[in-house]
Amino acid sequence: MTGTVEKDPYTTDEMMTVAASRELRDGAVCFVGIGLPSEAANLARATHAPDCFLVYESGTLGAKPNVLPLSIGDGVLAEHADSVVSVPEVFNYWLQAGRVDVGFLGAAQIDRFGNINTTVVGPYGDPKVRLPGAGGAPEIAASAKEVIVMLRHTSRAFVEDLAFVTSVGYRHGGGSRQELGYSGGGPAVIITDLGVLRPDPETKEFVLTALHPGATVEEAREATSWDLKVAGEVDSTEPPSDKELRVLRELRARTERARGTRA
Amino acid sequence: MGGMDIGQDESQSIVSRSQDSGVRKAGKIMSLREAVAEFVRDGDSVALEGFTHLIPSAAGHEIIRQEKKDLTLIRMTPDLIYDAMIGMGCARKLIFSWGGNPGVGSLHRFRDAIENGWPEPLEIEEHSHAGMANRYVAGASNLPFAVLRGYVGTDLPEVTSTIKPITCPFTGEELMAVLALNPDVTIIHAQQADRRGNVALWGITGIQKEAAFSAKKVIVTVEEVVEKFEARPFGIVLPSVAVNAISIEPRGAFPSYADGYYDRDNSFYEAWDPISRDRDEFRGWMERHILGVDSFADHLRSIDTEEAAR
Repeated sequence: MTGTVEKDPYTTDEMMTVAASRELRDGAVCFVGIGLPSEAANLARATHAPDCFLVYESGTLGAKPNVLPLSIGDGVLAEHADSVVSVPEVFNYWLQAGRVDVGFLGAAQIDRFGNINTTVVGPYGDPKVRLPGAGGAPEIAASAKEVIVMLRHTSRAFVEDLAFVTSVGYRHGGGSRQELGYSGGGPAVIITDLGVLRPDPETKEFVLTALHPGATVEEAREATSWDLKVAGEVDSTEPPSDKELRVLRELRARTERARGTRA
Repeated sequence: MGGMDIGQDESQSIVSRSQDSGVRKAGKIMSLREAVAEFVRDGDSVALEGFTHLIPSAAGHEIIRQEKKDLTLIRMTPDLIYDAMIGMGCARKLIFSWGGNPGVGSLHRFRDAIENGWPEPLEIEEHSHAGMANRYVAGASNLPFAVLRGYVGTDLPEVTSTIKPITCPFTGEELMAVLALNPDVTIIHAQQADRRGNVALWGITGIQKEAAFSAKKVIVTVEEVVEKFEARPFGIVLPSVAVNAISIEPRGAFPSYADGYYDRDNSFYEAWDPISRDRDEFRGWMERHILGVDSFADHLRSIDTEEAAR
């Protein structure tokens, strides 16, 4: 991320958020987590997808936060929501029942088939690093019609072998996910701060299909612990438009101001 | 808010009036100190719920002050309150689904207990949110287990003995069963109680209803007691017969939110990171602001005073 990116008037994290937001189509029912996914989904709602229906796992349906929520229980999620339901209802009637089109997930570690670890680094019984754990992720990975994964591209995150499978992607690749009987289609895309990875239609191994401006194939390979496959033709991500950047920065600024008054 | 501010002394008279009028005694108003002393025993399984909103912080502090031991702590999102209880050695076991400082980072006391066994080894039983939510539903429904589509293909069933495969007796389909949760005590924080001991909460109500109905005993802390509840969109009311004790604890969910009363104090969530990172720093802070005070109201004054001195 040297050279070009530094000269450009946006950060690699902004590029990642913008690229993820573009994946969300208007009208989709979208299950959102706090942090980068929430930022991307609300950017989409404020630009090309005004009618996307945001579901947060705390039970807010059709949430329309005007600032980014500080946590999943933030009142801004309930304030303009179409409905607020219990946690069992949001997981059972919405996610498990197949009413969610798109789920966003983050990851501490991910493997070549899009399986995710958010539980532990090192042995489970004697962990090197204890991570927060599953949260809503296993069921999002299981039941959302498609999943968008967002994480920064590093060799510690893109690993050959996961220490723990918290959420299932394409399992061992090929048709092995289908054997599990899940209704959801699995991870459709991994968006990083370097580029975009999509699964090979047959093997289901993730392949680098696009690079963000300034990023190189070598960088992406170095930041991946397995031997990263690269598409025959690698697309170049369209840089953030003036509108996307302006809306994203306004959203962040509004959030910062709101945090200031809350403290 | 439309409510009335009623002090602890005045609230006691509400109970006697209720009794005079023949209203049943459930949902009895008592001090939090009495409620925790009477209903929380060493070795109990205790659920303090509130899905980042209405977190029963005052009750957690009271448990720490009364030096309860060997508890099995149950909570979907352990948050700062369980971080403090774990660090003070209240817990033998933790049942949870997501253990982080929301929006900030790690829970350091939680991590230190699991990674290094400090202050004592902590047994863990972990699920997903969906698994925990359904475990409460099963418990509240007097069923031995709940069934869900999940966990298949993950490593969670290997490490968590309360997740087992089950075959549907009608279709032969393989599903996952999770063991019901029936805490000895559930504690939640709500916005209001009325004079008859009913409890109203609104905004994001998360898993509180299921946690309350799954428990053998229920303690509720409230912001205030009001004459009559207003209708609130998406609000829920726990009838007094489902509640054992109500304690009036204004700001009792600090530093989390209480919809209609206060927002999250995000600076406290951020400040918790350095407070909890170091064992000595943590112990010192706990002694100054929790063990060394008599009530949650004193705790709030004590952290304000320290803040002002900076």
